Amino acid sequence: MSLVSHAARVAWKDLRIELRSLEIFATMAFFSALIVVIYSFAFPRQAGGAAGSVPGMLWTAIAFTGTIALGRAFDRERENDTMRALLLAPVPRLAVFLGKALAMAVLVLAVAVVAVPLLAVFLSVPLFDHALELVLVIVLGAVGIAVVGSVFAATLLKVRSRDVLLPVILYPLLIPLFVAGTKATAALLATPANLEAAWYWIEFVGIYDAVFLVLSIWVFESLVIE
Amino acid sequence: MRKVVVPALAVLAAIGLVASIHAVFFDAPLQYGLDDTGRLNGSSLFFNQKIFYFHVAHAFVLFTAVFVAGVSSIGFLATRDARWDDVASASTDVAVAFGAVVLATGSIWAKAAWDVWWNWEPRLTMSLLLWLILVGYVLVRRFAGPSADRVAAGMAIFGMVGVPFIYAMVGQDSHPASGRNGVVATLGPGMRGAFWLSVATFYVWFAALVLLRISGTRAERELRELRERGLDLGVLS
Repeated sequence: MSLVSHAARVAWKDLRIELRSLEIFATMAFFSALIVVIYSFAFPRQAGGAAGSVPGMLWTAIAFTGTIALGRAFDRERENDTMRALLLAPVPRLAVFLGKALAMAVLVLAVAVVAVPLLAVFLSVPLFDHALELVLVIVLGAVGIAVVGSVFAATLLKVRSRDVLLPVILYPLLIPLFVAGTKATAALLATPANLEAAWYWIEFVGIYDAVFLVLSIWVFESLVIE
Repeated sequence: MRKVVVPALAVLAAIGLVASIHAVFFDAPLQYGLDDTGRLNGSSLFFNQKIFYFHVAHAFVLFTAVFVAGVSSIGFLATRDARWDDVASASTDVAVAFGAVVLATGSIWAKAAWDVWWNWEPRLTMSLLLWLILVGYVLVRRFAGPSADRVAAGMAIFGMVGVPFIYAMVGQDSHPASGRNGVVATLGPGMRGAFWLSVATFYVWFAALVLLRISGTRAERELRELRERGLDLGVLS
């Protein structure tokens, strides 16, 4: 079997566990709805609408739910020390990493699918006027979070304070991605939409993903093996 | 060797500090902002420009430290030789202090020049983000338990690779320019010497502190390893 099918199998395993219990998806979707409600109270709704703060709300919601979901998803591999079994499996460790990252990206995206329409409805912003660009930047953002997050969530598996340390590690490293995502979303929401700026930031996130994917593939193995 | 090198570097840095303070405050001319016709344009870059000599020197060291930590972390992951890790850890510890100086001096200058302590200007933001990565590294080292060295090494490498992204993200703004037409390249003749003297001084100081800190991290690691061996043998409980 090829690398891709191994990776797909690892990803499908994770997603099947999630589909059967819906634990992470249900709690994170609810959590992101709560974030949206809290934000709509926290930011005054002025006459011009809250459009100015919506990009930031969207990406902080993705950041918060993403890190919690990552931590919880990797906790499942810890409970019966199944991460060790995965790493011992007779497949390239690269496939394990890619599968994990793919499953994480799907999970982060699934939560974003809930958060984005909620933001659009509750704060009455035209998030879907440029749906293609918005979907693209969110997909790329989710991939970036999943790639960098999987490396560190896997490495932190045995660490007692991993729930605290994961955001401590991830947020400084992911700030360029969050800021670029926020700027792309803001450019799409501007009237008239600034597509040139939006595409610049979408490309920025794309390059960020590519560089960190390559880097993660390089270091994943030496980070998770004791 | 370290018993000789560290004090020697420290003495060198002390002499350099006195010399650069003299050069900065007595030799280097005051910076005046001039408009096209050669008249003072009311810019506040006068006496407070003196902080530039220390601010930029620390910023240089901060960037160097991020790369020292990143490269030696690559060395650590590739060879699993803990001595690389000592270098990365020591350089980050010291760089946190240097970064704090960069942020503090930058804020003081910003208050004098722009009348705000902090304005999210790109290079301020960039220094802050680098500093946050370093602080995160120190936290990981301290609280990540037995796998702290690997996790921290990963963070140092990812942080180093992220520097160009941070740079591209923050763009350019009202901070005194850098690069070919920047402040450093266009320094007046009387300022150039003082500036590079100051940069050299703080690099020597950084090297002295890192070497000193390496002995500390190495001693801590060896003590930990000894303790683990003692536990394994049942001598310690």
